[in-house]
This record gives sequence, structure tokens and C-alpha cells, in this order.
Amino acid sequence: MTAEHIFFFIFGGVSLIGAISVISFRHPIYSALALIVTFFAQAGLFVLLGAHFVAAVQVIVYAGAIMVLFLFVIMLLNLGTLSLKGALSGKLKGVAILLGILLAIEGIYIAVTTLNNPNTAVASSEVAADTSYSIEEIGELLFKDYLLPFEVTSLILLAALIGVIVLVKRGNQQEN
Amino acid sequence: MNLLIDIVIPIVKILIIAHMLIIGVMVMIWSERRVSGWIQDRLGPNRVGPQGLLQPIADGIKFLFKEDLIPNHVDKPLYVLAPAMLLVPAMITVAVVPFGSSIQLFGETIILQIADINIGVLYILAITSLGVYGVVIGAWASNNKYSLLGGLRSSAQMISYELTLGLSIIGVLMLSESLSLRQIAITQGEGVWNCFIHLPAFLAFTTAMYAETNRLPFDLAEAEQELVAGYHTEYSSMKFAMFFMAEYMNMIVGSAVTVTLFLGGWHFFGLENMGGPLWSGLISFAIFFVKTAIFLFVFIWVRWTLPRFRYDQLMNFGWKFLLPVALTSIVVTGTLWIIADGSLLWIGIGNVIAAFIVISIVAGIFMVDNSKKTTVDNTVEVSLPGLDAIE
Repeated sequence: MTAEHIFFFIFGGVSLIGAISVISFRHPIYSALALIVTFFAQAGLFVLLGAHFVAAVQVIVYAGAIMVLFLFVIMLLNLGTLSLKGALSGKLKGVAILLGILLAIEGIYIAVTTLNNPNTAVASSEVAADTSYSIEEIGELLFKDYLLPFEVTSLILLAALIGVIVLVKRGNQQEN
Repeated sequence: MNLLIDIVIPIVKILIIAHMLIIGVMVMIWSERRVSGWIQDRLGPNRVGPQGLLQPIADGIKFLFKEDLIPNHVDKPLYVLAPAMLLVPAMITVAVVPFGSSIQLFGETIILQIADINIGVLYILAITSLGVYGVVIGAWASNNKYSLLGGLRSSAQMISYELTLGLSIIGVLMLSESLSLRQIAITQGEGVWNCFIHLPAFLAFTTAMYAETNRLPFDLAEAEQELVAGYHTEYSSMKFAMFFMAEYMNMIVGSAVTVTLFLGGWHFFGLENMGGPLWSGLISFAIFFVKTAIFLFVFIWVRWTLPRFRYDQLMNFGWKFLLPVALTSIVVTGTLWIIADGSLLWIGIGNVIAAFIVISIVAGIFMVDNSKKTTVDNTVEVSLPGLDAIE
């Protein structure tokens, strides 16, 4: 039981509890906060894997930026308390159960194959030990080897941004 | 021996720095009031202890022994949690700030920094982006119109200025070729301080940092005339004190980060290399301390020099002036790094000229845009459904 194991169980436990809390809290604000806790714990798991950059980006983008917008929307729409019973009715319930079963099968499959294959466990721990990806390597990958996909992604994001502004502006003009 | 290096030394460092931060807050509160008094030609608190130095302790005791009041209409768990959500990010940011070079003690080299991680700058950006939750949650949980308005203002402001904060240091990162704060400080010690190379980015960063810490002239979140006290209207006793402490801690950490990124860290023209292996470390620490203190003095100075922005001015300033300046600094630094073959002089001059041109263009567009509007439409209907529900 090394320190890494202890931290793994702390972060893993917190992210599990957080994820369960997201769907079990009645009030959306509490759910959003639980989601932030989950993201944060996952960033901790990334750090344990040696992926410091991914951890920092996880916190900056998900915990820091996207969840603030979530909170804003929840506050401005003033969503009241919701219960699972009321929200899930009829067909939706069937879909939810189906997706839940699929997810459970997926999880069990991954767990079984990983546990049965002794190589995976060793390999993954070796990967974690060896490739403590430094930020320089990520930079080189992004700006040299994968420059074109990187630029295309940023262009797509820019297009989405401009699209939103155009749509909002048009909506305003029609109102006037 | 391993135990000493791995566990005892980090714990001692954490304890020293955490206590320095808390004592720093107390000293800041005292000096804020005394310097404010000096600027306004009055005395300020001078009765408790010599020169009023014990005033923060008296204040602290008062806060601790006050009744811990929780209003009936608040959302209790989040109301209690919010001050901690603001205070904790403010405290843990300090973990990656290098306070000095290194000292030799017991035959070991101890670096004056809690954790030298290779994503230091990203860590700071990540943790400061979490500070906004304390404000938003505190405002929402208070269940009060003024609080919610203050919280929304503050979070919109923090999100807007965070962009400038992040983009303005990219030029620095390019020249230092590292994200580690220690490496950035060392690079400046060997060459020129970053504030001379990236002057516009330095000014943009400093301004954005004032906005991030909710200090005047950006303290719209707690504009007394309009919002009583903003997001902490409903807070009293120690919970209010925690909001207060978080603000001052943010100032101290922000100043320390600025000193590291732009003002040469613990370097001062070779003074840090004087003395032996122990003394040079302590001198470097003293240099860092003095630089941070000067920067903190500027915080108070600015508070009594500049009036508060209006909300639209704040947004215009952030998005139309600071952000273009930060973006220009990236482009110019990158381009001149290649064209001028890494000549720092040319990068410094180019940055200033480019920022000047960009600001002139933006200001020109702004003026043309303003002169077109013959009638200013002031009747913008603001509807916040969240506010109706509170009533």
C-alpha cells in the first residue's frame, strides 16, 4: 500500500460519491456542485497517472469554466427542486433503464477483461510510471505532429462562436 | 534522512508559508487602514498597541466572539460552505510560488518553494478559476437580491478578466520556454526582467489581477451605494471575516505571482548571490518579500486614486482593450522571436509599439461607434427570472 494507492482510493471514492450525488440531490445547484467535486477528483486521478497537463486542463475547462456557466443557467432559470420520479415517466423510463443496463454491461466487461488479463495491469502501471508526459512533449505533439487537426479544431470552434453571435443578433433584430 | 527530506521539510515549509500568509493578511489589514488614513490626511487606527499594530488582532477576537448568525431565509449548507470555497483556493495557490532561490541546511539543498511542478502557471490559472464559486454560491445561498446581483456581476467580471489573465502571460511562457514558476524566475535572473520585455502584457496582467481580486476600481461586486455590500451582505462574524481574509490572501498571492512572472522573482541585479549558501537564500527571500510588499502598497494606492468603473465600462475595457492587448503581445512576441532572432530589445520595443497601435485602432473604432449613436438607448429591460422567484 503505497501513498499512490491511498490517494487513488481517496480520489476514486470522492469522484464516485460525487457522481452518485449528482443524480441523487434534489436541487440542481447541489447537483452542479457535486459535478464540480467529481471533476476535481478526476483531475486528481490524472495527476496520479502522471498526466499533469490533462489534470490542469480538466480543472480549468470543466471545473472552472463550463460549470460556472451551468450554475449561471440554473440560477437564472431558477430551476426548482426536481425529483427523479416526476422527471422520469413513461417512455423515458424505459430508455433510462435500457441505457443503464448497457452501461452496466460495459462496465462489467471492462472490469472482467482487465482483471483476467494479467498483462494489462502490469502494462498500465508501467505506462503510468514511464510516460509522465511533460508539457514540452504535449506541445510538440500538438504544434508539430498534429498541427493540422489542431488548427481545424480551433477553426470549427471559432465558426461555432461566430454562429452563436449571428443567431443571437438576428433574434434581437426581429424583436425590434 | 529520507524521512527528513520527504516529509519533515515540506511540512515545515507549508507551516511557515501558511502562517506567513495569515500574518500577512493581518499586516495588510492594518496597513490598508493606516495607508488609507495617510492618503486621506487622517490618522487611521493607532490606539491598540504601538502605531495600532495590534488592531487586526483586536478585530480578529471581535469576529471570533461575535454571535454566529445564520438568517432564516438562507440555504443553510451552501451559506456555510461558501466562505470556505473562496478561502481555500486563495490559500492553496501559494503552493507553487517560489519565494527565493535555495538554502543549504543540514547538508541538504532546500528550495524555497512548497512544490516546483512543471505546470505551475496552469495550476495557478486552474485554482484561481475556482475562486469564483465561493462568490457565486455565497450570493445565491444568501437568498437576497443585492447579494445575487453582486455575485452575478462579480462572476461575469472574473470570467471576462480571466481570459486576459491567461493570455497575457503566454508571451512570458514563450520566452522562458517553461511553465514552471521557478524556471521563469531563473530565466529572468539570467536575462532581463519580463516587465521590460512584455510591458503591455505586464500592465494588462496587473489590471486583470485587480479585477480578479475584486479590488477597486473593479469592486462592482460590493458597490456599497448600489448593493449594500454585494455578495456578502448576509454574512456576519467569522464568516464575513473569511470572505475578507480571502480577498487579502488573493491580493498577496496575486502580488507574489506578478513578482515571479514579471518582476524578476527573487533577483535584484546580483544582490541575491551575496553571502554564503545560507545567506544568499535568505537574502533572495528578503528581496522577494520587499518586491511583493511594494506591489501590495500599489494595491492600496490605486484604491484611493481611481474611482469605480461603471458596469458597461468594465466590460468594454476588459473585452475591447485588455484582451486585444494580450492577444497582440502573443503575436508580436512570437513573430519577433523568429524575425529578430530572439533579440529581447526588439521584442520589448515591438510589443510597446504594437500595443500602442492596437489601442489606438480600438479607441478609434470605439469613438466612431459612439458618435453614430445620436440617441442613447438607456431603457434596456433587464429581466432576471431568478430575482422574481426570490421575492
